[in-house]
Amino acid sequence: MTNSPQPEPAALLHIDWTRCDGRGLCTELLPELLARDEWGYPLARTGSAAGSAAERSDIAIPPALRGAAADAVALCPRQALKLTSR
Amino acid sequence: MTVAELTGTARLFRAGSPTFAAHHAVYGSLPSVTAPDAPDALIDELRRSGLEGRGGAGFPVWRKLASVLANSSVLADSSGLANSSVLANSSALANSAGRGSSQRQPVVIGNGADGEPLSHKDETLLRQAPHLVLDGLLLCQAVVRASDVSLYVGAASAAAVRLAIAERPDALHVRVLIAPEDFVSGEATAVANAFEHGVSVPRDHIVHLSQSGVKKRPTLVQNVETLAQLALIARFGAEWFRSVGTASEPGTRLVTVSGDVGTPQLLEVAGGTSLRRIVDACAPLDEMPRAVLVGGYHGGWVPGDRLDSALSREALAPFGAAPGAGVIFVLGSGRCGLESAGAIADYLASQSARQCGPCINGLPAMASVLGSLAARSRDPRLPGELARLADLVTGRGSCSHPDGTARFVLSSLRAFETDVRAHLTGRCEVHGA
Repeated sequence: MTNSPQPEPAALLHIDWTRCDGRGLCTELLPELLARDEWGYPLARTGSAAGSAAERSDIAIPPALRGAAADAVALCPRQALKLTSR
Repeated sequence: MTVAELTGTARLFRAGSPTFAAHHAVYGSLPSVTAPDAPDALIDELRRSGLEGRGGAGFPVWRKLASVLANSSVLADSSGLANSSVLANSSALANSAGRGSSQRQPVVIGNGADGEPLSHKDETLLRQAPHLVLDGLLLCQAVVRASDVSLYVGAASAAAVRLAIAERPDALHVRVLIAPEDFVSGEATAVANAFEHGVSVPRDHIVHLSQSGVKKRPTLVQNVETLAQLALIARFGAEWFRSVGTASEPGTRLVTVSGDVGTPQLLEVAGGTSLRRIVDACAPLDEMPRAVLVGGYHGGWVPGDRLDSALSREALAPFGAAPGAGVIFVLGSGRCGLESAGAIADYLASQSARQCGPCINGLPAMASVLGSLAARSRDPRLPGELARLADLVTGRGSCSHPDGTARFVLSSLRAFETDVRAHLTGRCEVHGA
């Protein structure tokens, strides 16, 4: 432990769109982060196309939601989610 | 298709014939990169040349090469070692091998897929100047020390490429893979997929191909025009390359001009040439076209009264366009921009690889709204709905097809803004009532 202001590497939830089927489990486990679009696919609440489009496929996970994110990864019926870091 | 040149910019087609003899007579021998410091020297020369990729994305060529080289010499699991015999012979490698116990052999792929239906530059280059492309491919192989080298080409150029390979012993190991004619088949991860699994559709990736591509090996995918330009820089240097073009758009680039022109053709132009000059070289049917689509179907429209704009990133950015793969499509003054844009959006929707939900659903939705706008449906919500859908699909796919389609649709709303208003009242600026 140090007092350095260096932030921890951000945890990211990566969506593999080629696998995602829009089942919606992740949006139930992580309602703070994910909404559903009109076709049922997860839509990041942060990050807009105008801001950073990349944040819509790699969504930053606040520390408090890491457990829920891990659940979403484990329970996704399409195995479309991964935890990565930046 | 004929190949024309603007004064002083003929570089890539100088041989005048696809034979190796003609190529060698004009350009001379392939420079050697076997000396231990030669790969780094060539990467540095490429950095100073400012050469950027000519396949569409415009990524600096030296950075890709440096990245693949760096990733090829990091510690990796032994499954990445397909064949180490070539590496074992390289003295230069003995040094870097000290960093890790094994090597991941890089893969080099020349991409000549020309996925854009309006682009013919890669096919023409492969048919008329295949040896420059092969030179560039062999140089990349030497720089990153790859053993696996391939060309990914459309069916129309395959015969010429195979003939060229058979002409030179140094290229006999180059494999040729035929690319399908789909719009997304030339996307870099689709190319890697084609080599690994035989299907040319984009795939999910969390790291760049230069780190993990074909069979998890560092993979260099370069457009074939990029390779030909690289072969010239290796011979004549960065200064020579930059002696044509502008500081930010150095060298020449190939552009395919089509649409309402008397002479649709491929041109080799200096970087930063004005659109006006390029269009005028092709006998346009109008003094002032309605608009010019720059950068292909993922590009943007430049209105006809703005053709003084240069073919450069900076000049085209306000239009949501970029030089891209050099596609220039001229829309004559008698054509409705919204009707043309609607037809292109239909095509783009049809070219979804149908893997990612937002693309499968969002692209047809955008095409349908744009179609209603083109058909002069009097619904004032249409432009807002189009902008909303464009925002919704952006950044939500495994490749840039949704993003590029959204960019094109938004550019259509901007370039034909006054006609959008006319259409919403049932009129059309071009076709009248």
